[in-house]
Amino acid sequence: MSVPRFWRKQIARYNLVGTYCKTCEEYFYPPRNVCPSCRREGEIGEFKFNGNGELVTYTVIHAAAEGFEGQTPYVLGIVQLEEGPRLTSQIVGDPKEMHIGLKVRPVFRRLGQSGERGMIYYGTKYVPA
Amino acid sequence: MREVAIIGVKNTLFGEQWDRSFRDLVVEAGVGAVEDAGVAGEKIDSMFVGNMSGGQFVEQEHIGALIADYSGLAKNLHVPSTRVEAACASGGLALRQAICAVASGMDDIVIAAGVEKMTDVPASKASSALAAAADREWEGIMGATFPGLYAMIARLHMHRYGTTSEQLAEVAVKNHFNGQFNPIAQYRNTITVDAVLNSIMVADPLRIFDCSPITDGASAVILAPADIAHEYTDTPIYVKGTGQASDTIALHDRRDITTLEASVVAGRRAYEMAGLGPKDIDLVEVHDCFTIAEICAIEDLGFAKKGEGGKVTQQGETAIGARIPVNTSGGLKACGHPVGATGIKQAVEIVQQLRGEAGKRQVDGAEIGMTHNVGGSGATAVVHIFSRNR
Repeated sequence: MSVPRFWRKQIARYNLVGTYCKTCEEYFYPPRNVCPSCRREGEIGEFKFNGNGELVTYTVIHAAAEGFEGQTPYVLGIVQLEEGPRLTSQIVGDPKEMHIGLKVRPVFRRLGQSGERGMIYYGTKYVPA
Repeated sequence: MREVAIIGVKNTLFGEQWDRSFRDLVVEAGVGAVEDAGVAGEKIDSMFVGNMSGGQFVEQEHIGALIADYSGLAKNLHVPSTRVEAACASGGLALRQAICAVASGMDDIVIAAGVEKMTDVPASKASSALAAAADREWEGIMGATFPGLYAMIARLHMHRYGTTSEQLAEVAVKNHFNGQFNPIAQYRNTITVDAVLNSIMVADPLRIFDCSPITDGASAVILAPADIAHEYTDTPIYVKGTGQASDTIALHDRRDITTLEASVVAGRRAYEMAGLGPKDIDLVEVHDCFTIAEICAIEDLGFAKKGEGGKVTQQGETAIGARIPVNTSGGLKACGHPVGATGIKQAVEIVQQLRGEAGKRQVDGAEIGMTHNVGGSGATAVVHIFSRNR
């Protein structure tokens, strides 16, 4: 991913900042500018999530995505935050300890790097709580 | 709105074709379909081409014009040609756009084609190109792959409904069994449940034999208004229903991760337009990019109760000759999955079946068939219903 493309959402990635719609009282992460339910009736504002959540489903990736070759096997999961929204993240830990319903908490981690000498991307991963 | 018929079809060979180029493939399919329909070039009003990622697979954009040119439809005839992209649903969507063009009365004779040349790049580059069909900024950046996304669907389906790895494997076994009778299929070998369960793990619980392959191939169909279809062929196949629906780009935002709501809604729209239901369908080509995808598809389209797709498959109800034959072509799994072509290939298979030209994989007495084409992990779905009778 290019540097500007990453930087635009840096605050959201580093701090788990998403949005909240006052009209339907729904939370969104990643942040949205338009509420998908209320559309223009919605009133969207910033919201910082506490980050705690639960594992909805997961997989152990053996054939890596480009740039993740050195990390296999790694656990990829969908986490449901306490406020409702779900996100995709790596779950750091022993694949054997993973199970649906596992309580997880966020940690600040290195996500990847753009090329060999490029910028290092940081963001949120999850560990068992 | 005018009724629409398919009057000509053609698939190229599907597989790894290092000796053939992107344009070789699509021209063979297009010219073959035109010859099958017996239609002259001057009669062609427009063309829609499904292609997911020419830019990444062969570093070529401006696909519409390229194909019109190399098909001989550009220099003198200047036939309008439009590329349509919706990831792996590009072909199905090109077909739908072509149907709309004829149905509206704007065009009479229209070509719908689909093409992908995926083996000119290394497998890692191909995977990366395919990953662009998911949410790059919020899924891809975390190391998500397509098998990984479908594996998360599979995990939850197994957890919630008791679906087993054996049941997933049965999808691949059936589709390879059907593929052996399809002369264009990438794989014409049969496999066993044990072979699937012992193949290498890609994204737990999905193994390599749960995944469709990287494929080169092209397909084309010719459409005409139903009123004049008999001028070209004795066996026109009529389009009875078409439905398309969108859903969230990211899997994590779906209401129910084990249901592709876009499939449910696209299916409902096609059924309503045709005035038909799941019980009326004689055979269906569904989007089995992974074994779990076929299980979800037959549930989402009403051929199995929610959660019972695996069980129904294991009981043999989706085999040729059984209650609802699914993926007689071999599906994406055995026939191959050239992403932009798949949606058109599914229509070619149904037309051949309804014409009674499917050889050893023929479904006896097939009158009504359906196609189901999905983009990404379910952000786009396109469903069509075809009939032998007007």
